[in-house]
Amino acid sequence: MSEEIMPDKNGRFGVYGGRYVAETLVPALEELAEQYEFIKKDKNFLKEFRDDLSHYVGRPSPLYFAKRWTELLGGAKIFLKREDLNHTGAHKINNTVGQILLAKHMGKKRIIAETGAGQHGVATATVAARHGLECLVYMGEEDIKRQSLNVFRMKLLGAEVVGVSSGTRTLKDAMNEAMRDWVTNVDDTYYIIGSVAGPHPYPQIVRDFNAVVGEEVIEQSQIQIGKDPDVLIACVGGGSNAMGLFYPFIENKNVRLIGVEAGGLGLSTGKHAAPLNDGKEGILHGMRTYLMQDDAGQIIETHSVSAGLDYPGVGPEHAWLKDIGRAEYVAADDEEALEAFKELTKVEGIMPALETAHGIAYVKKIAPTMPKEQTIIVNVSGRGDKDINTVASIEGIEL
Amino acid sequence: MTSKIKDTFSEIKAENRKALITYIVSGDPDLETTLEIMHTMVEEGADIIELGIPFSDPMAEGISIQKGHERALKTGASLIDALQLVNQFRSSNKKTPIVFMGYMNTFESLGAQAFMAKAVSAGVDGILIVDMPPEESSNFSDHAIKNNIDIIRLIAPTTSLDRAKKISSQSSGYIYYISVKGITGASNIDADDVKNKVEVLQTFTDLPIAIGFGIKDAISASSVKDIADGIVAGSVFVDLIGEGNDVLNMVAKKTKELKEVLG
Repeated sequence: MSEEIMPDKNGRFGVYGGRYVAETLVPALEELAEQYEFIKKDKNFLKEFRDDLSHYVGRPSPLYFAKRWTELLGGAKIFLKREDLNHTGAHKINNTVGQILLAKHMGKKRIIAETGAGQHGVATATVAARHGLECLVYMGEEDIKRQSLNVFRMKLLGAEVVGVSSGTRTLKDAMNEAMRDWVTNVDDTYYIIGSVAGPHPYPQIVRDFNAVVGEEVIEQSQIQIGKDPDVLIACVGGGSNAMGLFYPFIENKNVRLIGVEAGGLGLSTGKHAAPLNDGKEGILHGMRTYLMQDDAGQIIETHSVSAGLDYPGVGPEHAWLKDIGRAEYVAADDEEALEAFKELTKVEGIMPALETAHGIAYVKKIAPTMPKEQTIIVNVSGRGDKDINTVASIEGIEL
Repeated sequence: MTSKIKDTFSEIKAENRKALITYIVSGDPDLETTLEIMHTMVEEGADIIELGIPFSDPMAEGISIQKGHERALKTGASLIDALQLVNQFRSSNKKTPIVFMGYMNTFESLGAQAFMAKAVSAGVDGILIVDMPPEESSNFSDHAIKNNIDIIRLIAPTTSLDRAKKISSQSSGYIYYISVKGITGASNIDADDVKNKVEVLQTFTDLPIAIGFGIKDAISASSVKDIADGIVAGSVFVDLIGEGNDVLNMVAKKTKELKEVLG
C-alpha cells in the first residue's frame, strides 16, 4: 500500500515534500511527526476522532446523484460528494477536528492558523471554541476584503483575525506570517495548517484526516452505484479536498483522478494559480513542489476569483501524482467557474463554493464526452454562501 | 584548505576581540548604495558582511528585514545582481569575507553547481541558506565543499544536543547561533540562556560561534559579546536604510558603536 511508502521517513513523495525550514522549527516538526505517528495508532484518539466526525461534523456526508444535471450534460452519471453539508460548510473541518485533538494531546494551549477563503480559519476557530483554546488566524488583507462574512464568523467564534499586509496580501503571505508566529511561540503554540502543504509532516497529517472523504466514497459507490466510479474530480489549490478524495483510490488504477486548478484569467495570460499546469519545481513554505515563480526564483502573484485557490504552490503529493502520471491536472478559468457556480445552483439547488466550482466546471467539459454507463464523482468541497458578495460584485450588484 | 572566514576569525582571536558581522539586503535600497554601505561598514570595523539575497517570501525575517527584501525586489534585485555586486566590491577589497544569506528557492533557480562556480569567481566566501537544514542540503553541500565555499549553518535554542553535534560536523566557517526563539529583529534576548547553550556548543566544536537575532545596540551587543566569538547585527542596519535619512553616516555611526563594544 502506498500508505506505508508515502511519504518516506524524510517526508518525501518522490522528490517532493521534505522539510525546508529554519532550524528553530526542525525540532518542533520532528516532535509533531513523532506525536502524530503515536496518536494515529492510539485507540482512544481514533475513537474520539471518529465520534467527532460523526456527531460534530455530521459524517458520513451524502453521495448525491445529480439527476437533472446528468440529463442536462447528457453523458456520464454525475454524483456529488457533499462535503458542503459538513458542519461549517466545507471539508476543512475534517482536518481541524483531528489536529485539535493532536494539539491537546501535545499539551498546546494556543492555536494558530492561516486562511485564504476563510473556510479553514472558520473550521479552526470552531474547534478551538469547542475545546476552549485560544485561537489566532492569519489572513491576507486582500482576502479579508473578499471574505468579510467568514472574518465575522471567526470573530463570533472567539478567534482573533490578524490581517497580513506583506507581499501579495493573500494566502501565501498569511502562511508566512503564521510560520513566523509559530517560530516565536513554538513552546505553547500548535499551528494547524489547512492544506496538504507545508513542511513534513503536515502534508501527511492533513491528507490522512481528510481521507475519510475517499473512504466513504469507496463504500457509498458500491452501495449506490454497484461499482467503482470511473472518474474522480476535485478542485486543487493546496489540494486537501482532492487529496482526501484521491488518496484511498491511488492503488485502484481503474479510477481516473483529475484535479482542477484555478485557471484565473486563462493559462496563457500567466494570471492564474495553476502551478501543476504552468509552474516549475521549487521550494516554498517548507516543501519542494511545483510553484508559480519567475526565472529568478521569486514567487509571483497568482490570480483566481476564488480566494481558497489563490496560492502559488500545491501539496507535494499532488506534484508526485502528476509526475508518475497517476493523477491528471487540468485548469478551469474564472469565467468557467462562475458559469459552473450558477449552473449547479440552478439545476440542482446546490450552491457550491467558488473553489468547488472549478471542479464543477471540468465536469461540464468531460461528462458529455463520456458514455452514460460511466460515473463521475465530484467533490463538492464547500458551500457557496461565503461567495455571494464576490459573485454579486462581479455582476455589478450591490447587496 | 584555507578559508578567508577562518583566517579572519583567527586574526580576531589573536587580537583578543570579537567579530562584528553585519547584515544588509543586496539591492536595498539599490545596488549602488549597497556597495557604498559595504565599504562604509568595513571602514568602521565590520569584520564579515552577510549579504541578504532578496526573496519574495522571507519566512524567517521580522518586519524590518522583510521590508528590506521588498525594497530590494522593487528595484528588481536578484541573486545574479548580488554576485556582480561582490565582484565590484572585490575590486577594492580582497580581504573582508562575504557570506550570502538567503532562501533556497532563489539559489535553486540558478542551480547548486552554477551558483557555486559564479560565487567563486565573484569572491563569495560562504553561504547561509536559512531554509536548508542539513537533511535537505546534500546537493548544495557537495558543490560548496568542491568549491571551497563555507557552509554556515544555524543552531537554535530548540536544537537538541545530538542535532547540534550533527549540524556542527556539517558546518564550516562559523556557526550562527540564533539567540531567541523567533524571527530576525526579535527583542527578547536572554543572555544567560544564550550563555548556557553556547558553552555546551563549545564543548564539541572548534568552529567560531556567532550570535545573531535581536542584537541592535551597544547594550544588547555587550550582553552577549563575552559568550561567543562574534555577533551578527542586521535588522538595525536595515531599519536605518529603510528610514533613508543620511544612510551612510547613520550606518557608519551604528557600526562604530557596535565595534567599540566588541574591542
